[in-house]
Amino acid sequence: MSTIKAEDDTLYFGDVAFSSRLLTGTGKFSSRDIIEPMLEASGSELITVALRRVDPKAKEKDILQYIPKSVRILPNTSGARTADEAVRIARIAREAGCGDFIKIEVITDMKYLLPDNAGTLKATEILAQEGFIVLPYMMPDITVTKQLHDAGAAAIMPLGAPIGTNRGLEMKPMIKRIIEISKVPVVVDAGIGRPSQAAEAMEMGADAVLVNTAIATSHDPIAAGKAFALAVQAGRMAYLAQMAGKRTYAEASSPLTGFLRP
Amino acid sequence: MSFHDEIIRLDSFDFVEYFRSVRPEDVRNSLDRDEQDQCDLLNLLSLTAQDFLEEMAQKARQMTRQYFGNIISLYAPLYISDHCSNLCTYCGFNAGVDFPRTKLSLEEIEREADAIAATGIRHILLLTGEAPSQTPLSYLEEAVKIMKKYFSSIALEIFPMDEEEYQVLCKAGADSLTVYQEVYDRDIYKEVHPKGRKADYKYRLLTPERGAKTGFRALNIGALYGLGEPRKEACIAALHARWLEQEFPDVEISLSLPRMTRAKGIIEPKNILSDIDFVQFMLAWRLFMPRLGITISTRESAEFRDRLIHLGATRFSSGSKTGVGEYSLKDHDDATVQFEVTDDRSVDEVAEMIRESGYQPVFKDWELV
Repeated sequence: MSTIKAEDDTLYFGDVAFSSRLLTGTGKFSSRDIIEPMLEASGSELITVALRRVDPKAKEKDILQYIPKSVRILPNTSGARTADEAVRIARIAREAGCGDFIKIEVITDMKYLLPDNAGTLKATEILAQEGFIVLPYMMPDITVTKQLHDAGAAAIMPLGAPIGTNRGLEMKPMIKRIIEISKVPVVVDAGIGRPSQAAEAMEMGADAVLVNTAIATSHDPIAAGKAFALAVQAGRMAYLAQMAGKRTYAEASSPLTGFLRP
Repeated sequence: MSFHDEIIRLDSFDFVEYFRSVRPEDVRNSLDRDEQDQCDLLNLLSLTAQDFLEEMAQKARQMTRQYFGNIISLYAPLYISDHCSNLCTYCGFNAGVDFPRTKLSLEEIEREADAIAATGIRHILLLTGEAPSQTPLSYLEEAVKIMKKYFSSIALEIFPMDEEEYQVLCKAGADSLTVYQEVYDRDIYKEVHPKGRKADYKYRLLTPERGAKTGFRALNIGALYGLGEPRKEACIAALHARWLEQEFPDVEISLSLPRMTRAKGIIEPKNILSDIDFVQFMLAWRLFMPRLGITISTRESAEFRDRLIHLGATRFSSGSKTGVGEYSLKDHDDATVQFEVTDDRSVDEVAEMIRESGYQPVFKDWELV
C-alpha cells in the first residue's frame, strides 16, 4: 500500500507549478492590510485581483502593493460584458505588470453575475494565442469544457453556485462530469461558502477551489483562510486516497468475473 | 413593453390602503422568505415594518457584505453648467431663480477635473442643468473626453437625451447614467414641472431604458423625496429598478434617495422624509434586490452617513462641491449651489471614517476599455 503524501502533489496551470490548491481573492476585505496575513495563513499561492480595481496612479498604496512577491497574481476581467472587453482588460493587466495569468470573466447578468460561455470561449481563444495562461470562469457545460480546452485554456473554472451566494456545490452533477472529462485542471470557483463545501469539491476530484467572499467577509478572515486551506488539503487527500483504492482494485485480477475468462 | 406600461398598471393600485392593511405577521412572513417579491417589498416598506427595523438592518447588513464585500465605493460630482430652462419648482437652479449663471469653458473643466483627481477620486459624475442651447452635445462630448484623461469611470447626470445622442457620449467615454424621475406620481409630476422639456413625464421615465439600450453599463435612478408620498415613491422606484434589472441583465442598477431640503426660490417640501423612513427604505430595497447599488450623497450629514455604511449603502460621494467651478475656480460664498452640502468633510476624512467603520474605501472600480 502506498501512502499518500499531499506535499508531493503538484498542481500546474500551464507550466507553472503550485503546491497550494486554494486560490483566493482580494475584493471584499474590510481592509487591504488583511490580505497578506490571510495569504500567509491560507498558504494560497495564487490570488485574483480585478483589473478594474488596479490603479497605478493611486494616491495611496495600490491594491497590487498589498500582495507579497511570493504570491502570483491572477488578474481578472471583472466588469467585461463581451469577449472584446475581456481581451482588452487582459492586455491592460499584462501591461500593468500583472504577468501572463488571466482569469476571464465575461458577465452578462448582474443579478447573479452569471458568465456568458460563448464570450468566454472567444476571449480564451484570443488570449491563449497571445501567450496568456488563461483560466476561464464558466457556467458548467460539457461541450464548452472541451471547446475551452481546444482553445488553449490552462484550466476550467466552473461555478459551484452564483458568486457570493455561499450556497456551495449547487452544480455538483455537472461539475462532477467536467472533472471526469477535463484534460486541464478544474477549479471550482464561486459559491463556496464553507470549508466543508471546499472539502467536498476537492474530495470529488476538483483540482483546486477559489474562495473569496467566504474568507473576506468572515469575522476573522485569517482564521477562515486557514480553515479553508485545511479543508482543501483534507479533501485532496481523501480524493487521492480513493483514487489509490480504485487503482488497487483495477490492477487486481478480476476476483468476481475472472472465472469467465480462464 | 416599457416601464411606462407598469406605471399605467399601477394606477389602479391603492398604495395607501395597502400600506395601512399590512399586519405584523405579513412583515414577519416577508422577512422569513429567501427572496422577496413585490408584495414583500410593499410589506417591508409599510409603517408596520418599522417594528422590525433592527432585524431588517441585520439582514440587510449581512446581505450587503456578502454581495458587495466590506467596501464603500467613492465618487465626486462635477457641475459644469447651471444654465437651465426648466421650471422645476423644487430646484434652486430653476429658470425662475435669478442668479448669474455659469458655464465652464473646456479649460476650466480641466482645472476642476485636475483638482478632483488630486484628492484620489477616480469615479466622476458630470452634471449640468437642462439647457441644450447652452450645453450642446458637442460641448458635453468634449467635457467627457477631458474626464477620460483623469478618471476611470464617467457617469452623467445631464438632461435626458435620445439614444443617438447618448451613443456619442458613450463613444467619448461615458459609462454610467444617472437620471432621477423626481416624482413617479404623475399628477404631482405635472404640478412641479409646469413648463419646458422636463414636463414630458414619459420621455423622462423611459430615459434609463434608452440609456441601457445605448450601452451604458450602469444606471442610477430614483425619486426626489419631498414631492410625492414617500412610501409609494420608494416602492415604485424599487419596482423600476427591478424592471430594469430584468430587462437589461447586463446593466448594474442603483437607487438613490435624495431628500429635499429647504432652499431659496423653491417650494416648501411637502413630505419631508424622516431619518427612520430613509433607513427603512434602504433596508427594504436591499432585501428586495440583493445586488442593488445604493448611493448616498453629501446632502446627508456626516453623522447620518457614518451610520448608513452599515445599513446597505454601497457608494458615497465625498469632498463634493455642488456649485459650478467650486473645486478650483471660486469660493463657496461666490457660488450658487444646487443643494447645500451637509457632509463637508474632505475625501481623506470620509475615507478615514470608512476605514474606522471597518470598511474599505474603494476609489477605483472600473476600467475604461
